[in-house]
Amino acid sequence: MSSHTLAAVLFLAFVALTLVITFWASRNTKTAADYYAGGRSFSGFQNGLAIGGDYMSAASFLGIAGMIALSGYDGFLYSIGFLVAWLVALLLVAELMRNSGKFTMADVLAFRMSPRPVRTAAGVSTITVSIFYLVAQMVGAGALVGLLLGITDATQKIWVIIGVGVLMIVYVVFGGMKGTTWVQIVKAVLLMGGAGLITVLVLAKYNFNLSTLITEASAATGKGDAFSVPGLKYGTDAQGIMGKIDLISLGLALVLGTAGLPHILIRFYTVPTAKDARKSVLWGIGIIGVFYLFTLVLGFGAAALVKIPASDTGGNTAAPSLAEAIGGDFFGEVGGTILLALIGAVAFATILAVVAGLTLASSSSFAHDLYAHVFKRGNTTEREEVMVARVSAFVIGAVAIALGILAQGQNVAFLVALAFAVAASGNLPAILYSLFWKRFNTAGAVSAIYGGLISCLIMVIFSPVVSGSKTALFPGADWHLWNLSNPGIISIPLGFFFGWLGTRLSKEYNAAKWAEMEVRSLTGVGMEKATPH
Amino acid sequence: MKTPEHDTSVYERVQGSEEFQELKRRFRSWTFPMTVAFLVWYLLYVVLSGWARDFMAIDLLGEINVGIVLGLLQFVSTFLIAWAYSRHAEKKLDPVADKIRHEVEEKVK
Repeated sequence: MSSHTLAAVLFLAFVALTLVITFWASRNTKTAADYYAGGRSFSGFQNGLAIGGDYMSAASFLGIAGMIALSGYDGFLYSIGFLVAWLVALLLVAELMRNSGKFTMADVLAFRMSPRPVRTAAGVSTITVSIFYLVAQMVGAGALVGLLLGITDATQKIWVIIGVGVLMIVYVVFGGMKGTTWVQIVKAVLLMGGAGLITVLVLAKYNFNLSTLITEASAATGKGDAFSVPGLKYGTDAQGIMGKIDLISLGLALVLGTAGLPHILIRFYTVPTAKDARKSVLWGIGIIGVFYLFTLVLGFGAAALVKIPASDTGGNTAAPSLAEAIGGDFFGEVGGTILLALIGAVAFATILAVVAGLTLASSSSFAHDLYAHVFKRGNTTEREEVMVARVSAFVIGAVAIALGILAQGQNVAFLVALAFAVAASGNLPAILYSLFWKRFNTAGAVSAIYGGLISCLIMVIFSPVVSGSKTALFPGADWHLWNLSNPGIISIPLGFFFGWLGTRLSKEYNAAKWAEMEVRSLTGVGMEKATPH
Repeated sequence: MKTPEHDTSVYERVQGSEEFQELKRRFRSWTFPMTVAFLVWYLLYVVLSGWARDFMAIDLLGEINVGIVLGLLQFVSTFLIAWAYSRHAEKKLDPVADKIRHEVEEKVK
């Protein structure tokens, strides 16, 4: 059996398992709290795994391992921002959100504000961020399948994108948060198991000596000492000072964006109490941290042991090729085939779990924020709201499939960085001001979100990632105004500034609501309880 | 029946209480400076990666250089801060928060 067939078999086994889970979850999803928040009945450990499953995308698995394999140190540097970011979520956001919110990010933002404008802004931002992220994942899925299943035919790739999209819609529409969470838990276990196994094998090959591994990797890539030193990818000497500023800009967006990503924020609602939210982030930090340590070994291992073809500019084949090589080393040819298939299946599971989380976040926000509170001004039944959430999950899924197909072959990797930048520039200022600034009001919340969102978009539209460079979205055109690819360093301060300015320009202040929010967020009085089953 | 949702004056009274102000002080005086500290430490690492490459390239243990060690220390500091926060929250925040919550829930019953 070839590794492609075996990968397909393993992947189908994963699909079968997750569909059974989804069916079970659909029978246990009755109320809005079940659909949006999994009945708030997950334990801290389960939710910690799901946080890992929701967060560690194929981009961070294959992409970071590949980036380390190609650019050494700089890939490692990239992974660190994703981890440190979780401290912002742990210290400032997770528990307070669990205490004062219900289903979506907007619940916290609209708590003491005029609900319609704030929910509209938060809904727009949630759906924009999620769709950017979603399209990047869908395009990635098409590209990955080419590598992992040996599919090169464009039509077949389109069918793969449709297949991924349909599965994600099924998980979310039928399984809601419960189904999605279990898919993420299963994926996290598989990913940690698969990546962990290969890591141990690579380390064993080098007698658990990291220094030897680095020496071998530096020598094999022909880059020598430069491989374990900053500067091969980010802020290269050729880019000059702007390249280095771009590096800081990226670092800022990564470290501040995580705690503003809507699909991450809604995970805090799936546990019974704020203490469980804290525990889940602690588990999440442990799992994600260990995972990025694995990718460090995988990346250096791939650099030392496999040759990445020049056509694979992102290094996405590094981890699968390494799996094949190291498996072959230890267990012979069959071992190599099995490990390659395993990593292929894990990569697909990874994509599915992440896209399901994104679809759930955006459809929840559409139904709960825009439909129920903006269009219907709160006059809906729970049943109707959940129905709308399911329909919008279907529509958003269909849109994501269509955009994924249209953008096939385009360089859309920047969309993930853009999603982090929008989250850091619009959502995070609004969340932090809401939770900690007494004077914050409707005008401030709306200005922070739109200000952050729009400044990010403008910065990116006139950057080299959209036009004016060989790797741009429109390589033939050139309207770029600055050499900054990542907007964070400008847009994040702007988001905080707009939030402050909007607040100062408006006289609105509701002392009673501020008291309620502050007391509830810090003590958990009146928090949403878990639904008994 | 009065619930906290209907009687907002309960919240203003709690907010003004000595006990709640102490909880708020304990929360903010730990998390705010710590957030500044880990952000500065992370940015320092990124800035060094951009502007102090000769320094980052100094080998410490075999081929393991300053850059890799500082990167691994980011992992260590993240794990340590997370652990320290959970200790702080369990010892200094949870008991006060639980007490206030029970008191409020008693009052509005």
